[in-house]
Amino acid sequence: MNKRLPIGLAIIMLGVPCSLLVAFTHYPAIQALINSFWNNASSRRPSRFVGVENYQALFEDDRLAQVLINSTIYALGTIPLAIGLAIGMALLVNSRLPGTTLMRLSFFMPTMLPMIAVANIWLFFYAPGIGLASQILGIFGLPSINFLGSTDTSLASMMFVAVWKEAGLFMIFYLAALQSVPTNLKDAAKLEGAGSVRIFIDVVMPLLRPTTIFVAVNALINAFRLVDHVIVMTEGGPNNSSALLLYYIYEVTFRQRDFAYGATLTVLMVIMLGILAIFQFWVLNRKAHYQ
Amino acid sequence: MTNTGVSLNVLNLRKHWGQTEVLTGIDFQIAPGGFLTLLGPSGCGKSTALRLISGLDEMSDGKILIDGKDVSRLPADQRNIGMVFQNYALFPHMTVADNIAYGLKVRKVAKQTREKSVDRVADLMALGPLLDRKPAQLSGGQQQRVALARVLVSERPLVLMDEPLSNLDAKLRTEIRSEIRALNKELGITIVYVTHDQSEALSMSDTVVLMNAGRAEQIGTPKELYDNPASVFAAGFIGTPPMNLLKVSDVTMPQDILATTAANPDDFLIGVRPESLKFPGQAMDLSATCQVASVEYEGSVFLVHLVSSSGSKFILSHTGEDVPTQGTEVVVGWDSSATHLFSKSTGKNVPLET
Repeated sequence: MNKRLPIGLAIIMLGVPCSLLVAFTHYPAIQALINSFWNNASSRRPSRFVGVENYQALFEDDRLAQVLINSTIYALGTIPLAIGLAIGMALLVNSRLPGTTLMRLSFFMPTMLPMIAVANIWLFFYAPGIGLASQILGIFGLPSINFLGSTDTSLASMMFVAVWKEAGLFMIFYLAALQSVPTNLKDAAKLEGAGSVRIFIDVVMPLLRPTTIFVAVNALINAFRLVDHVIVMTEGGPNNSSALLLYYIYEVTFRQRDFAYGATLTVLMVIMLGILAIFQFWVLNRKAHYQ
Repeated sequence: MTNTGVSLNVLNLRKHWGQTEVLTGIDFQIAPGGFLTLLGPSGCGKSTALRLISGLDEMSDGKILIDGKDVSRLPADQRNIGMVFQNYALFPHMTVADNIAYGLKVRKVAKQTREKSVDRVADLMALGPLLDRKPAQLSGGQQQRVALARVLVSERPLVLMDEPLSNLDAKLRTEIRSEIRALNKELGITIVYVTHDQSEALSMSDTVVLMNAGRAEQIGTPKELYDNPASVFAAGFIGTPPMNLLKVSDVTMPQDILATTAANPDDFLIGVRPESLKFPGQAMDLSATCQVASVEYEGSVFLVHLVSSSGSKFILSHTGEDVPTQGTEVVVGWDSSATHLFSKSTGKNVPLET
């Protein structure tokens, strides 16, 4: 295996992935950065350099403010909920109850479905009057709610779908982590008189921390990355109440065809995610290791 | 810190998982402050027995009495038992001090008392400078001492140890072995100790329960087990190297032993410890003619590997000067008092008529 590759072959093998990386990642990113300093071209006049004008527009954009607030609520709401649910499900399927294989499968199922399919399923669930959600409310004698059509509930409805879809995947990570917790640690705590809740808090939870950090990073990225359900179910509405940052970028760029402003928003998102990533890796390095 | 130990009685302890019988009924008892070892090869049920005593697993049948009280149905934490695990089971996210204090904390002991107890035990186990470290920053021997400290701090009168030394290197093993023995003697704690290492069992215990395939093969003091193995299994398990087992046809023996075996010579095995074998041995009570297959130098002794004319392999542990050379034919001999007779069909020791 230690034979040296001929230099030509090495260049080809490096060149192919590098050129793909440049073509689809680095070039568009740099182009977006450049575009954000130019205004839109039209048939009558070409694009011209406008400096930071597009960035100044960010501060006067009321829709952007709304979208950023939505995205923050969305991230802060879905991540803890999905993690909590994932831990609960993992504990359940890790127990000695009968039927855990079936439970694992059904909890994991939403993860395997494409987001578009999930969104279509939930469109039916949320349908006012006839949907599953309305029917359940009906059983308890509550009035039907137009989940997707009301500014009060549309964002929460999107969050619910995201949690439903993501928790299953996170459960798998927690399940793996739970199964690697040594039994004799739990035995030792048990002999000291700790009950099962106490054992979970004192012994199991701290050992799950690396998993929690890993899952949180993924959940945060997904919170900004996954907007398929918004596109399918609400198109950000009503009145921008369920619009997320990435959806807004999509709308500005490809619906309104404002490529310059779209590029500016993209740069903003990349910067935000970059800062979050740096922060998370810092936490990861500090807290995740025991060995 | 003087913990007075308690007595432990185990009566007809049984365990099966589904159809598989792991323990087929064992009985033993220890006096307060005693040191009892469950010894046996892996899979013999010794760790299962320990877990049943601790209450971490539920027994299928039988009784466990601690200090005379039946604890068979009590949950683990109400049996007042401490346990040391094979891989220490230290909480990796807690400091040494927190690890030691964990049980006290769970039982809501006041912080001041807690700290005092931890300091005292840390002193005893020479862990003082390590209290702020995490387990991963400790060596194996230090981790094991923390595990011991965690058990000692709770002042449990009965402590169970599941192969506590098997992850340590040879030198540390001897060191901690004597530490455990000292704790047992000085503090008066009753200890039940599980090991597969017969030399550990012999050197530490007051009583050894030799286990095989889910039952107690022999129970006795280390000396009893060594001097009078009750079965072929016990003979082959105890001693390094273990007892030699020879065919009747290999051995030239006096009339009385010959008479015992005459009825069915093929059913008998003649047992003799390697250190009871003498060379040259023509003049001894019993003797065997054999080839020297190889010679191993062990420091204090030479282990001479021998093969009899019928092909039985056995070992002579030789302390003298004139070591037999490889390939020569020699006659080794031994006293009738050093001879043990076993029946192949029952596996049991057959008493010699003297």
